Amino acid sequence: MLPELGQFALILALLLAALQAFFGIAGPHFRKDRWTAVVTPAVAGQFVMVATAMVCLVASFINFDFSVLYVAQNSNSALPLMYRVAAVWGAHEGSLLLWIFLLAAWTVAVAIGASRLPQHFTARVLGVLGIVSFAFLLFTLATSNPFLRLEPAAPDGRDLNPLLQDPALAIHPPMLYIGYVGFAVAFAFAVAAMLEGKMDQTWARWTRPWTTVAWAFLSIGIVLGSWWAYYELGWGGYWFWDPVENASFMPWLAGTALIHSLAVTDKRGLFKSWTLLLAILTFSLSLLGTFLVRSGVLVSVHSFAADPARGMFILAFLVIIIGGALSLYAWRAPLLKSQAGFEFLSRESFLLFNNILLIIATAVVFAGTMAPLIADALGFPTLSVGTPYFNPSFIVPVLPLLALVALGVQSSWKRGRLGEHKRRLLVTLAIAVVLTVALAFGLFGRAKVLTPVGFVLALWIILSSLADPIDRWRRKLSVSRGVLGMTLAHIGLGVLVMGVTAVESYTQERDVSLSPGQTVTMGNYAFRFNSVEPHEGPNYDGVRGDFTVTHEGRTILQLHPEKRLYWVQRQALTEAGIGSHWGSNIFLALGEDLGAGKWSVRLQIRPLVNYVWISAFIMALGGAVAASDRRYRSAKSAAAETVPAVGGAAEGKAG
Amino acid sequence: MNRFILPLGGFALLVLVLFLGVKTSPERSTLQSVLIGKPAPEFTLPDLMNPGRQLSSKDWAGNAYVLNVWGTWCPGCRQEHETLLRIAQLGQAPLIGINWKDEDSLAHEWLAQLGNPYAAIVSDHSGRTAIDWGVYGAPETFLVDSQGLVQYRHVGPMTMEVWEKQFVPRITGKPVDPS
Repeated sequence: MLPELGQFALILALLLAALQAFFGIAGPHFRKDRWTAVVTPAVAGQFVMVATAMVCLVASFINFDFSVLYVAQNSNSALPLMYRVAAVWGAHEGSLLLWIFLLAAWTVAVAIGASRLPQHFTARVLGVLGIVSFAFLLFTLATSNPFLRLEPAAPDGRDLNPLLQDPALAIHPPMLYIGYVGFAVAFAFAVAAMLEGKMDQTWARWTRPWTTVAWAFLSIGIVLGSWWAYYELGWGGYWFWDPVENASFMPWLAGTALIHSLAVTDKRGLFKSWTLLLAILTFSLSLLGTFLVRSGVLVSVHSFAADPARGMFILAFLVIIIGGALSLYAWRAPLLKSQAGFEFLSRESFLLFNNILLIIATAVVFAGTMAPLIADALGFPTLSVGTPYFNPSFIVPVLPLLALVALGVQSSWKRGRLGEHKRRLLVTLAIAVVLTVALAFGLFGRAKVLTPVGFVLALWIILSSLADPIDRWRRKLSVSRGVLGMTLAHIGLGVLVMGVTAVESYTQERDVSLSPGQTVTMGNYAFRFNSVEPHEGPNYDGVRGDFTVTHEGRTILQLHPEKRLYWVQRQALTEAGIGSHWGSNIFLALGEDLGAGKWSVRLQIRPLVNYVWISAFIMALGGAVAASDRRYRSAKSAAAETVPAVGGAAEGKAG
Repeated sequence: MNRFILPLGGFALLVLVLFLGVKTSPERSTLQSVLIGKPAPEFTLPDLMNPGRQLSSKDWAGNAYVLNVWGTWCPGCRQEHETLLRIAQLGQAPLIGINWKDEDSLAHEWLAQLGNPYAAIVSDHSGRTAIDWGVYGAPETFLVDSQGLVQYRHVGPMTMEVWEKQFVPRITGKPVDPS
């Protein structure tokens, strides 16, 4: 019964989404308040229906209902409870349902959070979200129904892909999707503003916290995926420029640009049409990410569900939603004029450079991700693009961008004189250089060309970001949450650059063959291979190695790398043994059984690689703090602070 | 013509590319292409393990063999490697590797570290042979029967499930489970 109930709930949700979309757009357009009044109940109803469907699917997984095709394909009687729940989004159909569920939840949050905004504007935002939700629901019901029955029921399920049976990956998709879906809110605000034909600074103030929260979740989602790849895929790297990784990275880069451009629109009323375009672009890249992963256009580690019929549907969906928004943009954006000016070296100009460089970086990733597809579509020989393209090309826009962060946080709005900040910039830069010399030549030793550059930029960003808050704190002035959040996020960026620089410069790696009892040394560390024993888990068996790691004679770690063979799908997986010592990550993976008791073993020492992951959490925390700033919470205080909108809009067309 | 139309134009181009991509994807993932049931494309390429020597597809004529296209630059190949080692142990058909657009030294290092599942490996530096086989992206795995006809193509990392459901029945001549 539950699957049928779930499907029925989805159909009702589709109808409610249609109502929400129609009345949300048409109500304000024809100025019919009674139509507009339908929107909020439709939002609530849709959420209840989608949540019901979600509960039905989760229950089918928990209860081992193998008469449901999707459950039979992605679960098994030996699968532990946690992964039975995570298996809901372990493949295409359930991932979509999760997407829809999160969108419905965001929509409810918008309906509540935006209730202080003008009613016609809120209705339009909800209407646009209704269109997106309608398209996703239609797609799910038409091509990817998770509730299809299997007749006769399978005696047991084919199990969740063993690669996905992992705590980090269990929460990676929800985090990522909360981010993607959150950008739908920014998109809806942008489209609503274009429908209104009016966009002022208050608009940017409404949009900012939503965008920042979405960006924070996306940061965490991406880094969980990276962390997972690090220890689960067994080859010990944190970023591979895999198409699917890029698909989540592009909206993040564009979203970062959007956050900064929104700040300018909010504070100074500038960059209006550019901000709108970025909001559209960011959500489009989120949709494109979904498309690339789900359509079978790209073959990658992640594309576990490929189906061309679905590809066509998503493409049509992209054309309607993105094409529609861009057409609206071409029509309405010319009406938005920014009249205020700014000087070179003002904060506006730094944020303008920030945006240009971030968009170049996005374009670099986009070009590399799409090149194989474009070559293929045009009939050129297949081409593969990897790290040799991405690393050097990506660094070109990113190095100046990092330098600009340190400069930009010290700049002032409007005025192009750094003034007293000049001294601070020089002092922080000097400290950064001194610390880098100490790090690169004292602590770590040898260095590559870019090593000192990376360290200096990282430290400069951190110190320069801290200068102003510390100064205010010493003078007993308050620091707003907005500034505090920004500072945290920039410190996070500095920490990320530290981590990447250290890992790229000082990773030590060895592949050795070892028998139990043997010891091998690398750097100041010695690794003793004690034993390898058979090992059994809930739904796999395998072997588990026992290693003792010593540093200058002192035992610091016991590591247990595993090789697992999952029973149902008979897939072999490497589970690396990982430990930390003095900020270095010690990575140990068991390779092949070479016979005669010998094993191939991969050893890696990666200094500060943890910083890469920690940094995303610092950035996300910064985002959360900034989004909770009082400015965004009260409509009254916001209205009181708002400077009369600079530049006009075609009032006649306002709805 | 105003500059605000430019994003729309760019998007239209992208849609065109994606459309072509989706249209051709069925052939890529299941290879309903010309190759199935047709003679396998011939090749003569340097032996990876013994670069002075040339190996030819004719060397395996008369036996069924499995052709695997891989490269050290390809994460999917790393993922399927352990599966290939298991398949090699089963010994149901010899595994012939095409090392695609790779450097020999990297390939040697890879095999030394991870083990070598292949009965023989040829180096396709230019990528020409892979084009003849219609390879879209590594890894890809083909089954060629004893008459030299291509019987099956799998795109993406090999799994034991695909091996047992699709390759083994075709090698042993048993009916294939349509699922």
